[in-house]
Amino acid sequence: MPETPQRELTFAEAVREALAEEMRRDPRVVILGEDVAEAGTPFKVLSGLVEEFGRARVIDTPISEAGFTGVAVGAAMTGMRPVADIMFGDFLTLTMDQIVNQAAKIHYMSGGKLKVPMVLRTTMGAARRSAAQHSQSLHVWLSHVPGLKVVLPSTPYDAKGLLKTAIRDDNPVVFIEDKMMFRMKGPVPSDDYTIPFGVADVKRVGTDVTIVATSSMVQTALGAARMLEDAGISAEVIDPRTISPLDRGTIIASVKKTSRAVVVDEGHLQYGVTAEIASMIADEAFYHLDAPVKRLGAMDVPVPFSPPLEDATVPTEEALVDVVRGLFKKT
Amino acid sequence: MTTETRADRTDEAIDAARGLEFYSQMVHIRAFEDVVNDLYKRAAMPGLAHLYSGQEAVAVGVCQALHRDDYITSTHRGHGHCLAKGADPKLMFAELLGKEIGYCGGRGGSMHIADQETGNLGANAIVGGSTGIATGAALSAKSLGNHRVAVCFFGEGALGQGLLYEVMNLAALWTLPVIYVCENNLYNEYTHFRETTAGEILARPAAFGIRAERVDGQDVRAVYAAASALVARAREGGGPAFLECDTYRYHGHHVGDIDRAYYRSKDEEHEWMTTRDPIGRFGEWLCEQGFAAPVTLDDIRSQAATAIEAAAQFALDAPYPVAGDVWRHVYA
Repeated sequence: MPETPQRELTFAEAVREALAEEMRRDPRVVILGEDVAEAGTPFKVLSGLVEEFGRARVIDTPISEAGFTGVAVGAAMTGMRPVADIMFGDFLTLTMDQIVNQAAKIHYMSGGKLKVPMVLRTTMGAARRSAAQHSQSLHVWLSHVPGLKVVLPSTPYDAKGLLKTAIRDDNPVVFIEDKMMFRMKGPVPSDDYTIPFGVADVKRVGTDVTIVATSSMVQTALGAARMLEDAGISAEVIDPRTISPLDRGTIIASVKKTSRAVVVDEGHLQYGVTAEIASMIADEAFYHLDAPVKRLGAMDVPVPFSPPLEDATVPTEEALVDVVRGLFKKT
Repeated sequence: MTTETRADRTDEAIDAARGLEFYSQMVHIRAFEDVVNDLYKRAAMPGLAHLYSGQEAVAVGVCQALHRDDYITSTHRGHGHCLAKGADPKLMFAELLGKEIGYCGGRGGSMHIADQETGNLGANAIVGGSTGIATGAALSAKSLGNHRVAVCFFGEGALGQGLLYEVMNLAALWTLPVIYVCENNLYNEYTHFRETTAGEILARPAAFGIRAERVDGQDVRAVYAAASALVARAREGGGPAFLECDTYRYHGHHVGDIDRAYYRSKDEEHEWMTTRDPIGRFGEWLCEQGFAAPVTLDDIRSQAATAIEAAAQFALDAPYPVAGDVWRHVYA
């Protein structure tokens, strides 16, 4: 049978399709957030949903991140499956008590009796000239808290499958989309599929070095891998897809095969996701390593506004290539 | 969905049987807290507890206006709410002592008791932290059309928290069935509320268009009457309300807060305990009405003390969780 050509969607369309399909499947799924209804968010990710599902299920809120996140927690505890929309990841700071002290701990504190099946959808990523309060990648904060799951999709395909899993999960899930990826196109099946949490995806097979990359850094890593190929270095790119839970096995198996590892993530370098993964590699694959584990992240400065300054803070393909090549230098 | 108690609970009149039930509940709460204090002093209880003694009329008056499947959210001073909503003292003591059979398997303790069987969505150790949860439960009740009402208990200390105002705004905008019950026991921990609270309390909810009332929180009949009316209104789609209950906590902020002279006088404590005690006042009313003889009330108190002692002993004898189970319940 001839294969049906794969349909392509943008990242934003894949997110919207996942939400629409889940809302059709389950009447308990509602969206809460600022300008989510007619406006469809400033990124237009939700355009069209209010027309199909109405204002009782696509609920515009005041500018009250803590308030509507708290309402989502309570609604989740009592039979709904809310998706709270936090427009910019920077505004997660305003929801912290409700997410960290309430949502993350309620199942545990209640001895397993109460559940908080909610999704907090938000964004991350610099490079939009949006300055320090609209550009941060704060996912590691949430990954530090037991009880939360943290999802970083890197392709339209992963976005749809992972978001459907997030909505069906009985735990609070933080789902973080890089703003720079909304227009990225990729194949997305029109059928109902889910992607399990805690299962990394090998985005490129290689033999000489393992690059563990998250979110938009996956594309950076794939670009770097193409450049490295020209230099005779075969890079394997691993996308954890969820950083909590983290698929340790796939990462460790890859490093044991390649003997070199670089970890790249757009959060700040200090105490970052990269530090956790690098330390795990050092711990579990030390005797297989031919070089130190290297890390790339956002510079440890607030994200600046001025374009040349902002661009200097984010890991690039060239910087990643340099780091990888450094692992092969004879000293 | 309905519950069998729905029809009879809308009647605000208190007959003899109902009156004795109110009295018994308040007495059980008082006895429970006396035993908690004793367990603390004997070093038989891990950690601390925040006692509800003195405030019993608020929990009982409000929870008697609710159905079993209505929701409450509670506070760090939450034992009274939990008992008034129908929890079993044995399993509460077990939770306070960190035992496996406790309401939360010992994972929560005094400040986090939750009992979904009675609609208790949990005590909360973040002041004002549960206001979002109660409002969300009300959103869910409205969305699912199950005619439930949510009551959010909080102390006047929570009036300083921004979340309360965010969710009151939402509740008013969306006409949610939630009652914000402010238990004003005068002290934000160790500071009189007049030092922390500008303006008039009721003007705050009123600014959102929320029906706001104030009631003598030491008079269980008054609390019950006010709560019944507001709950019925909310259940019928009339929207949120705010009920300030003037009350007093007999003990310190927590069981270890013994030297209190620097923030409140012994005279003030004595005055509240002797002239406005909710149990004493209601007992007198029951006798005046001919609903009970003093000896009946004596019996209720002594039976409650015995039952609560037995419940505590049950918990003391119960096993702790095994350490290997510490990983359970992190994720559902």
